[in-house]
Amino acid sequence: MKAARAALGLVSLFAATWAVAQGTLETRRSGYQDMGAALRQMQDDDTANPGMLFVQLGAAAWDKPAGASGKSCADCHGAASGMKGVAARYPAIPPGADKPVDLGGRINLCRTGRQQAEPWPAEHRDLLALEALVALQSRGEPIAPPADPRLAPFRERGAEIYRRRQGQLNLSCAICHDDNAGKQLAGVVIPQAHPTGYPIYRLEWQALGSLQRRLRNCLVGVRADAWPLDAMEYVELETYLMDRARGMKIESPAVRP
Amino acid sequence: MTRAWQLAFLLALAAPVASAQEALRPYVVTGDAIQRSLTGRPGDAARGRAIVANRSAGLCLLCHSGPIPEERFQGTLAPSLAGAGSRWSEGQLRLRIVDGARLNPDTIMPAYYRITGLQRVARPFAGKTVLTAEQVEDVVAWLATLKE
Repeated sequence: MKAARAALGLVSLFAATWAVAQGTLETRRSGYQDMGAALRQMQDDDTANPGMLFVQLGAAAWDKPAGASGKSCADCHGAASGMKGVAARYPAIPPGADKPVDLGGRINLCRTGRQQAEPWPAEHRDLLALEALVALQSRGEPIAPPADPRLAPFRERGAEIYRRRQGQLNLSCAICHDDNAGKQLAGVVIPQAHPTGYPIYRLEWQALGSLQRRLRNCLVGVRADAWPLDAMEYVELETYLMDRARGMKIESPAVRP
Repeated sequence: MTRAWQLAFLLALAAPVASAQEALRPYVVTGDAIQRSLTGRPGDAARGRAIVANRSAGLCLLCHSGPIPEERFQGTLAPSLAGAGSRWSEGQLRLRIVDGARLNPDTIMPAYYRITGLQRVARPFAGKTVLTAEQVEDVVAWLATLKE
């Protein structure tokens, strides 16, 4: 009995050492891993995942001409499948710009610049649908922020915001999502804040929504002033969060409680 | 679970019921306690229990669990409130609610009766304490009854 236990101990020690040596001892968790079986199943099954309805809307929008140019996304980009890997590397700094945009921002640049159409307002259904379509092409791909040194100051500001206490309740993102991740806030497991699945279908919203919307939920929760919808702070936070999640797999469109 | 979250956020949005614009009552910290009632009167334990249970007023059960069995979804970020009245005196409880950061600057517990040292407070809550002096006293009175 004793010998068996010792052997078992040795085996697990070896397994752990081996895992560390392989760099596979992953302590980061997607929010997916904290969900119950029913929600995981809803996300995994494309016929049950409500986000896939938006992907269909996005596919229609992809082919539809818009703006004074009369061009569709497909006219320049071809099939949506060509967008594989794109969502995994945003926020990024577009050509000719000096600050990063998120995926929605990039789509709106195409709208205004190429299609000569009005930009979509934040959380517009068609914008989210196109984001979902583009992000789906990266499903299973590792998050891979670009090696652009100009991103560093934005990422650092994001990290600073993440650690700064704010609001009447005087909490920072880090207090909940780093220091207390895995514990329960009013019966709900606090996730580690890895943006692996945006845009997400959140049951609490009964809708598809952006990371920005999710961040605003937390700001409201701690009774802090939410930044305006076009504020750079959201992009800075996302730049930081995507860097922390580097290598984790894209799940878009994810389902979350 | 989702419903609990929804409720928490909706209530947080809708009702700054607890907040008050009254001038802050002065208090004296002695050691790790505020010995005297903020209002000069004892609180009401039954009202205190209701404040603790209310997710938009006390917010306590977001982080703590406590002997309030009808509230199903309770937090695990902070110690259980059960037995708080055995562990702490009323004065000690009062300071921990009013401004726990005076005892531990790294505490995650919000200061329930302080309006300074906060950043980017949402407009409906600006200049307001999380609880009024009366509500602090009510909560103190209830917690003091929790003997193990």
